[in-house]
Amino acid sequence: MNRAIGGGLFSLGYALLFFLFLFGPLIIMVITAFNSSAFPRIVPWECFTTDWFGVLFANQRLMTGLWASLWIGFAVVALSVPLGLAGALALSDLGPKARAALYGTLITPILIPGVVIGISTIVFWGAVARGVGAGYDSPFFNGIFLTLLGQVSFIASYTMLIFISRLQRFDPLLTEAALDLGATPGQAFRRILLPFMKPAIGSAAFIAFLASFENYNTTVFTILSGNTFTTALASKVRLGTDPSLSALAVIIIALTLIGAMVREAHARRGERLRRSGPSGLYASPLTRTLVHPATIFVALAGFAAFLAWQGSRHDASVCRANILREKQEMQERLLREQQERMHRLQQQAPAAAAPQAPGNNPSPFGGAFNPNTLAPPASTIPAPAAPPPASANPSPFGGAFAPGSLAPKQ
Amino acid sequence: MTKDVVLDHVSIRFGSYTAVDNAHLSIQGGEFFSFLGPSGCGKTTLLRCISGFVQPTEGRVLIGGQDMKNVGPNKRPTALIFQNLALFPLLSVAENIAFPLEVRGVGRKDRRKRADELLEMIALPGTGDKKVHELSGGQRQRVAIARALAADPDILLLDEPLSALDLKLRQHMRTELRAIQQRVGLTFIYITHDQGEALTMSDRVAVMNAGVIEQVGDPKTIYNRPRTPFVASFVGETNSIPGQVVAQFGTTVTLQTPLGTLSGQSGGGRDHRPGAACLLFIRPEQLFTSGSAPGANSFLADCEAEEFEGSVQTLHLKAAGLPLRLCRMNAGGLTAAAPGPGALTIGYDPQAAIVLPQGADADAAA
Repeated sequence: MNRAIGGGLFSLGYALLFFLFLFGPLIIMVITAFNSSAFPRIVPWECFTTDWFGVLFANQRLMTGLWASLWIGFAVVALSVPLGLAGALALSDLGPKARAALYGTLITPILIPGVVIGISTIVFWGAVARGVGAGYDSPFFNGIFLTLLGQVSFIASYTMLIFISRLQRFDPLLTEAALDLGATPGQAFRRILLPFMKPAIGSAAFIAFLASFENYNTTVFTILSGNTFTTALASKVRLGTDPSLSALAVIIIALTLIGAMVREAHARRGERLRRSGPSGLYASPLTRTLVHPATIFVALAGFAAFLAWQGSRHDASVCRANILREKQEMQERLLREQQERMHRLQQQAPAAAAPQAPGNNPSPFGGAFNPNTLAPPASTIPAPAAPPPASANPSPFGGAFAPGSLAPKQ
Repeated sequence: MTKDVVLDHVSIRFGSYTAVDNAHLSIQGGEFFSFLGPSGCGKTTLLRCISGFVQPTEGRVLIGGQDMKNVGPNKRPTALIFQNLALFPLLSVAENIAFPLEVRGVGRKDRRKRADELLEMIALPGTGDKKVHELSGGQRQRVAIARALAADPDILLLDEPLSALDLKLRQHMRTELRAIQQRVGLTFIYITHDQGEALTMSDRVAVMNAGVIEQVGDPKTIYNRPRTPFVASFVGETNSIPGQVVAQFGTTVTLQTPLGTLSGQSGGGRDHRPGAACLLFIRPEQLFTSGSAPGANSFLADCEAEEFEGSVQTLHLKAAGLPLRLCRMNAGGLTAAAPGPGALTIGYDPQAAIVLPQGADADAAA
C-alpha cells in the first residue's frame, strides 16, 4: 500500500516535472508579453500592458519579413507537393535496383546541412546567371526567388517521403482496374490515385509550409539582403531582445491552439459519424451544429478577437508613470546616499581619498550607477509620456534599413 | 455482340523465365472458356496478356479478328475481374459500377440509372449508396461483375474471382456466374485452379501446366479422355498404375503391371511400342468390387480404410504395394456391409481406363 502511494506520488511528481519542462518556457514567455518591463521578465512585475503587441506590429522589418515568409511558404507548397508526388510515383514504378539508387539521390538534400544548401544555391544560380549573362536585376539575384529554389530543393524530399509511405498502402491493381474499365491513365490518376493520396497531400502541404516558414539556416544565405520572418527575428534577437517577441509567441500559441481544437473537433466528428452514425452529441441538429468544426472555429476566433479588442483599449500609462516615478525616487535616493558617503570619505581622509576617488576607485560610482538600474530610467527621462519600449526597441534601426533593403527588389 | 479471341502462338517471357510457352488456341464468341492449372502455371499472365497489361514476347493476340498489338487495356473490348476484385474503396457502390460510364463521359443521371439497373440484375437493389467495405464478400463479388458489365465489354475476363469466398457461397456463385453468362451472352474467359469450378461452369477448358497448355476440350473430354499424365492427375482423383506395354490393338493397349496384365484405352490416340513404360489411369469411381475370382482386368487388393461421406464411400486399397482409391455411391447394396480388411477382387471397365506414356508432355495437345 505504501509502495502504491509512493509510486503514485512519484509518478505524479514526474508528470508535473515533465509538463513543467514542456510548457514552463511557454508559460513564462506568455507572461512576459504582458509585463511592461523593457526586458522580457516576470519579476519584478511592473505593469500589465498590451503595448508590446503594438510594438510588434509597428516593426516594419518583421512585418515585411512576415509577408515574404508567407509568400515563400505558399510558393514552396505549390512547388514541392507536385515534385514530391512525382518523385514518389516514379520510385514506386521502378525496379528494386534503380529504386534504391534514385531513392538515395532524392533523399540526399535532407541529409545535407541546410547551410551547405544555402551557400550552394547562391553559388550555383550565380554561376548560371553569369553563364546566361543575366544582370543583378534578374531573378538569379533575387533573394525571394533563390530562397524558394533553395527551400524546395530539400522540402520536396520531405513531401516525397510522406507520399512514399502513403503509396505503399495503395493497391496498384486499382489503377489497372481503372485502365481496364476504359479510363485513360490521366483519368485513373485523377479519379483513383489522387483521392487516395488526398490525406497525404494535406499533411505534405502542411509540413512543407511549416518547414519553409521556420527555416533559418538555408534562408539566411539565400535571402541575400532581404528578410524573411525568421531571419528578421534572428537579427532582432542578436541586437537585443524585448517583450514584443513574447507578444509574437502569444499570437503563435493562440493560432496553434485554435487550429488544434478545430482539427480535433473535425476528427472526432468524422470518427463518430463514421463508426456509430449520429448519436450522443451528434444526434440533435442543435448540438451537432454547436460542435461542428466551423462553429468552434468561429467561436474561438471571435473570442480571440474580443480579447485583442479589449487588450487594445487597455491603457497602462498611469501605472507606468507610477513605476517611472518610483524609479526616479529610488535613483534620487541612491544619489543622495552616494553623496553622503563621499562626503564622509572626504572628511575621514581628505588628503588621500579626494584625488583618487574619481579615477582609481570606481566602486562608489559603480554601486550606485549600476547599468541595470540606471539605463531604463535614463533613457525615459526626456520623454516620460512616451512608452519606454518604443525607444528601447531596435525598430528604429530596422525601420531605417528596411527601405534600403527593399529598394533593389522592386 | 460477342467476339472471339485467338491466341496465335503466344509466348511470354520475363528475362529467362518463360511464363507462357507457345499458347495457340481460339475461343469462340459467347463461349464460357476456362484456363485451369496450378498456381504459377502462367494462366494469370495469359489473362493479363489478353486484357493488355502484358505484351506477348512472341505471337499475336487477336480479338474479333483484330490484332491487339499496341492497343492499351483501356482500348480493348475486355473487362477484367481481378482476383481481389479491385473495387475502388473510396467510391460508393453505385460510383464503382458507374465508373466505366463516368470515364466515357456519360452524364450523372444516366450513370446512376444504369448502375441501378445493374444492381437490380445482380440482386442488390438499393445498395448503391453504400461504401464497398459495408458489403459482404459475395456482394462485393457481384458488384465487381456489375462494374465489369457496365463497361459493356465483348469479353469478360475473370481471374479466380471466387477463391476468396467460402465453400457454400462459392457453389452458389458458380451457378450465378453461369446464369449471368447465359443471360448476357458474353464471352467469358475464366481462370481457376479449382477443377470443380472449371468443370461445372465451362463450355471448354484449357489445362495449363508450367506455361504450357496441355489439353483443350470440353469438361467431359478433359475428365474422361486426358491426353497427358498431368491432365489425368490434376483434373479429378485418379489411380495411376505403372506398367510396360505388351501389345496394342487399335486403341486398346495391354500392359504388364505389378497387378497383372491390365488393358486400357490409348490416351490421345497414341501408338505405343511394346516394352514402353506407361501409366494406366483409372478413376476411383470406375473401380468396383466384384464377388467372383480375379479374371481379365481385375486384381486382388486389401482394404486398409474406409471413408464415409454420406452420398459417397471411399475405400483406401492396397494392391501389390500400390495405394488405390475406390469410390462408390451410397446406393442399396452399400448399406449391407463395408468390405472388411482382407483380399477383395477389384474390377474395372477397360473402356474407361487410359494408358499414357510415362513422362509424356504436351506434344499431343491440340
